[in-house]
Amino acid sequence: MKRRDFLRNTAATSTLIGLGGLSFNSCKGLGSRQITILHTNDVHSHIDPFPTSHSQYANLGGVARRASLVEQIRSENPNTLLLDAGDIFQGTPYFNFYGGELEFKLMSKLKYDAATIGNHDFDNGIDGLLAQVPNATFKLLSANYDFSNTVMNGFVKPYQTYVLDGIKVGVYGIGIKLDGLVTKRLYKETEYLNPFEIALDTERLLKEEEKCDLIICLSHLGYDYQNPDRPSDTQLAQRTHHTDLIIGGHTHTFLDKPDVRINQKGNSVLVNQVGAYGLNLGRIDFYFDEAKNASANGVSISV
Amino acid sequence: MHFYKGNYSIRLLYKDKHVYILKLKQFVAFVTFCLFLSCQQEKGQLTKVQGKQLKIDTSLASVDSISDYIAPFKSRIDQVLDSALAYAPETIPLDDAPHNTSLGNLMADIVFAETSPLFKSTTGKDLDFVVLNRGGIRTIVSKGNVSARNAFEIMPFENYISVVELDGAAVRELIDFLVNATRAHPIAGMQIVLNKNGGLESVDIQGSPFDETRNYYVATSDYLVQGGPSIGFFDEMVNVTDTGYLLRNAIIDHLKKIDTVKAAVDDRFIQLK
Repeated sequence: MKRRDFLRNTAATSTLIGLGGLSFNSCKGLGSRQITILHTNDVHSHIDPFPTSHSQYANLGGVARRASLVEQIRSENPNTLLLDAGDIFQGTPYFNFYGGELEFKLMSKLKYDAATIGNHDFDNGIDGLLAQVPNATFKLLSANYDFSNTVMNGFVKPYQTYVLDGIKVGVYGIGIKLDGLVTKRLYKETEYLNPFEIALDTERLLKEEEKCDLIICLSHLGYDYQNPDRPSDTQLAQRTHHTDLIIGGHTHTFLDKPDVRINQKGNSVLVNQVGAYGLNLGRIDFYFDEAKNASANGVSISV
Repeated sequence: MHFYKGNYSIRLLYKDKHVYILKLKQFVAFVTFCLFLSCQQEKGQLTKVQGKQLKIDTSLASVDSISDYIAPFKSRIDQVLDSALAYAPETIPLDDAPHNTSLGNLMADIVFAETSPLFKSTTGKDLDFVVLNRGGIRTIVSKGNVSARNAFEIMPFENYISVVELDGAAVRELIDFLVNATRAHPIAGMQIVLNKNGGLESVDIQGSPFDETRNYYVATSDYLVQGGPSIGFFDEMVNVTDTGYLLRNAIIDHLKKIDTVKAAVDDRFIQLK
């Protein structure tokens, strides 16, 4: 009897403490909830840093160093996603020797959350890509490659959602046209669907059905082309309604800072790309605040 | 714990405490409700975005567990790539003459030597000549030991050897393209002679004058086949045979067979003076 009362008492108290703790964390945090997005693109099997003798990138890059930066940022803000915009494979003998095994294993060790598929990720054929799937703990995302008639069927999702500190984040993948870029022998029956149409469908689904608070596109279309009809990240940004950030790849574009474009609703969309070869890590922080603040001040973007 | 030592006092205390706990529960429920309400209202309004690019440089320490994991993969690669396959007594350059170059000739000759028997055994046909693109050869061979790593540096791309069947008209277009190109695209198995004005003087394929009425088999990089007419080399192709043989592997296989690597500019593509 006594023991039961004591337990009841302690339980109530600890509930209060727990709630007190929760209210302190979440509602104080509500004033500024922070989601950190880290990203790479076109790493192209660059696992080691560039050698000291390299004419352009001496001593830059390297997965083991990237790991320490990611660890440090994650320890500061656990509400972090780590993403890659494709072309993970091809560029050093690591790929030629191990077929992408080490690339995927290391990305898993760094706790990447998702990656999209670049044209070079087909370099060992669709079977070569499938062979590395067991080495990935991260999700492979592509909304506009239809793998139904290939061995990759079921191993690639159009999008993935994550809930971080109560904020729902939707990430979808968009790939480049393979015809003319990759031999048919390699991509086989992979079907490339219109990236603009699929992106609009997917972001609508993420906004309206999945009720995402933050929508991110992982794209391997390329940053910008002279021909506006050629799908690119800048064109895509301007055509969307709900996408907040496009993380790009393919063109190995080194941007001084993320590009800000205006979408169909008149809102800002960030377009970012961090060059290639793991020389840089992109970091975008999203801060969420009370509704009234947002409507009064709009979104302040400092890049 | 000391509350429970005396029986009577415990009963009294316990009664009070029971009420207290009930009140506490009410309070907790209320707070929870408020929190729930406020959290609902305040959910997910984006107010601020900050972006920056972080450089991966020597200021960052390496994570040991990652470096240690990479080490055996790396040492295996180094062991294979750095073992000498052949010896180059002299550096083999890529810019030592206007129309044909030492390294270009070596690469085209290697492709001919390695592809010809393969093509013959799989199709029963004879390879006529080789055309590669100058841009596909990324660096020179330096004097000294030549390793597989050098082959990776020369040919970093995963390009395969394809054999293209061309009719006479398409071969003429290809020759025109080679003659008008600003760079010396490597060839083997054919000789192109220009007159002193730069016009075509003669073309021999496998030692016989070019015959526009017949078809020819040309070994090349699948990159040039996929590129189609827009990159100039091949327009109308009668047929394409994918060998599944990497250009780089042809180089490595060839280097393994020979002791000394030598190459020179010759008369396969020249202009008369």
